[in-house]
Amino acid sequence: MAYLREFGCYLPSRVITNAELAPMVGVEEAWLLQMTGIAERRFAAAHQTVAELGLFAAKDCLERAGMAAQQIGFILVASGSSERRFPGPASSIGAALGIPGTPAIDVPMASAGSLAGIAMASQMAAAYGNVLVVGAEIMSRVVQVSPDSRDTAVLFGDGAGACLVSMESGFAEIVDSVLHTDGDYAESLQLDLDSPLYMDGRSIILHATRKLPRVIVEVLERNGCKVEQVAAFLLHQANLNLILRVAQSLGVAESKFYCNVQRYGNTSSASMLIAAAEWHREVGAIDAPIVLAAFGAGLNWGAVLAKPAS
Amino acid sequence: MDQSSNIQSSKIGPGKFTQSKILEIVRRVAAKPVDPAPDESLFESGMLDSFSLTDLVSALEAEFSIRVPDADLTPRKFDSIARIQAYLESRG
Repeated sequence: MAYLREFGCYLPSRVITNAELAPMVGVEEAWLLQMTGIAERRFAAAHQTVAELGLFAAKDCLERAGMAAQQIGFILVASGSSERRFPGPASSIGAALGIPGTPAIDVPMASAGSLAGIAMASQMAAAYGNVLVVGAEIMSRVVQVSPDSRDTAVLFGDGAGACLVSMESGFAEIVDSVLHTDGDYAESLQLDLDSPLYMDGRSIILHATRKLPRVIVEVLERNGCKVEQVAAFLLHQANLNLILRVAQSLGVAESKFYCNVQRYGNTSSASMLIAAAEWHREVGAIDAPIVLAAFGAGLNWGAVLAKPAS
Repeated sequence: MDQSSNIQSSKIGPGKFTQSKILEIVRRVAAKPVDPAPDESLFESGMLDSFSLTDLVSALEAEFSIRVPDADLTPRKFDSIARIQAYLESRG
């Protein structure tokens, strides 16, 4: 048995409004909001690294949990925008937390990485105790902010989120998780070593709008839970329209889907954790199940079901 | 058959997957009286966007009582009236 103990997040202070971004990509400010649903996003400062953003989110999470870093047994860090091929940010975050010797592993999956991290952490907690899952991204450095790439560039932002999965206690017990991969569409969303991020938006939206509702139903049905029993859906904040489509497909009120993509854009692996952190601060304790779900490059997608801790 | 359409009767394929029927579905999904040529890209022309592609696939599934498997979820298969017809006919 493993629990969701706490979430944390960090957003860089620099706010990039549509008014600032629009001329960089050669469009009108109103077009940006209409086409993306995003009003603003955050960009990291030039000196910041993916590991630094992740460290701040991790510290926020630990502080809210009232837990010392020395109590962490394992660190999983999801990122698709890490500055180096290796090592990834996980070992740097472990070192900065002051816990050398604690295993710290990278999960370079991008958008679905933190969801996969929580799913893996729920299994690893029995062996390692408290598992810290971090998602950290500086997407502004991997997209080409220019008129030629505006359809992709306008979607993303920078940020980091964290989740503490504990064997001892938490506000929600992780009941089950479902992960899927389909490598036939790996080319649809990729970040090559020396090229900006490439996304075939049509293909990604087509797959995401069908796979996300399906995997949510899958995790609910195999645990005898009905969609209407779920208190909140915490999804990867890829796109406002996509989240609303998932709600529509499931026949669930949009208000049950926490959305902050309007303020931060798509922060890839960090987005679901940032959304979860903000949601948890708003609601506190829960009295009904929650679902976390994500979809991204790979293609990888999945869902985690958690219920109120007894 | 809409006589004002770019879809001419001579180009209508046999069977139930007619171009005129597909055009009717495209127009319904686009929510506007679009009039694409059979080989014209529905997306490059701006008649449909990424989210209406999802609606289009769902509408085709409902209209023709088929299920498009994930392996066939490639935008290119649904890029024009002619390609949609070819895909549907390949499904029998």
